[in-house]
Amino acid sequence: MSALMKLKTLQSHLESLSGFTDPKVQYEQYETPAHLAATALYTIQTQFDSIENSIVLDAGCGPGIWGIGAALLGASFVTAVDIDENALDVFRENVDEMEITNIDAIQCDFLDSRVGQWEGYYDTVLMNPPFGTKNNSGIDMQFLRMGTYLSCDSVYSLHKSSTRKHIEKKVKDWGMKGSVIAEMKFNISQTYRFHKQHSCNIAVDVWRVYHHY
Amino acid sequence: MKLITHNMLTSKCLKGVMTGYPLAINATDIKVTEVDFNPEFITRVIPKLDWEVLWAAANSIGHGEGLPKTLEPKYEENEDLLKKLHRVLLEVEVEEGNLTCPESGRQFPISKGIPNMLLTEAEVQ
Repeated sequence: MSALMKLKTLQSHLESLSGFTDPKVQYEQYETPAHLAATALYTIQTQFDSIENSIVLDAGCGPGIWGIGAALLGASFVTAVDIDENALDVFRENVDEMEITNIDAIQCDFLDSRVGQWEGYYDTVLMNPPFGTKNNSGIDMQFLRMGTYLSCDSVYSLHKSSTRKHIEKKVKDWGMKGSVIAEMKFNISQTYRFHKQHSCNIAVDVWRVYHHY
Repeated sequence: MKLITHNMLTSKCLKGVMTGYPLAINATDIKVTEVDFNPEFITRVIPKLDWEVLWAAANSIGHGEGLPKTLEPKYEENEDLLKKLHRVLLEVEVEEGNLTCPESGRQFPISKGIPNMLLTEAEVQ
């Protein structure tokens, strides 16, 4: 499958986006690095044809790097949801800056599916869920599960590689299929005061979890 | 908020609310943005829509002109209809206003184009 633009071009667009202005630790707001998002989106399009002409949901969008990237790669329409008003302010700014018009946002708690009649609505759900390390253990799996309800095809989600076995088991329990399509390094720079080191690399997997009918 | 988004929003998460659909729109500021016409997408999204709700919503904010009340078969060949639908679904945006739950009357504000569907813990069932 081809992509509408080169990986390098996509990455440079995503690098130009603004990040969180006021990151909130309770939502584990870490920015998805542009390089990582661009590489993942490019792979999702070129290997699985899941972006161009697809209806896409960016779940927990933050500043919108997945959703905006998907729109740049030719998604038909993108819905972005986030719980945090400040993150959505930055999202809106980024969307205006990139002149993307086929995208719409909802402020809501993604884990409450009842804000929308949207089960199975989306071809592709993209997410970088909270990793669940801040007294909210398991939230990454709740995000992933919700994503599977709202998609009719595939969910692409970022998880710590250390949780791979656990996810494999869950995906099987759900009666779905899934595999790791890329292994990457997530560089978390010093976002919060409790970070002792200037930056650290976390090994992450890009998962593709999909329905098989 | 585009009407394609409104078409799926519900307030059934509210305590005591059965369906919470459709939400009434009260718009104080509407803008129309040009969006590239993609007839394949419009054709694909039609089966996902609640047509009556879309028709009523478009008319309630004064943008229902030319939209038929019922959808005729072979709509995919009717480019004129697809263009009208494109405009109503994607180009018309409610910038400011609110959405109202049809059962409880709870209002959800729309600010700078984004509906706020967050509830307090006490409101959730």
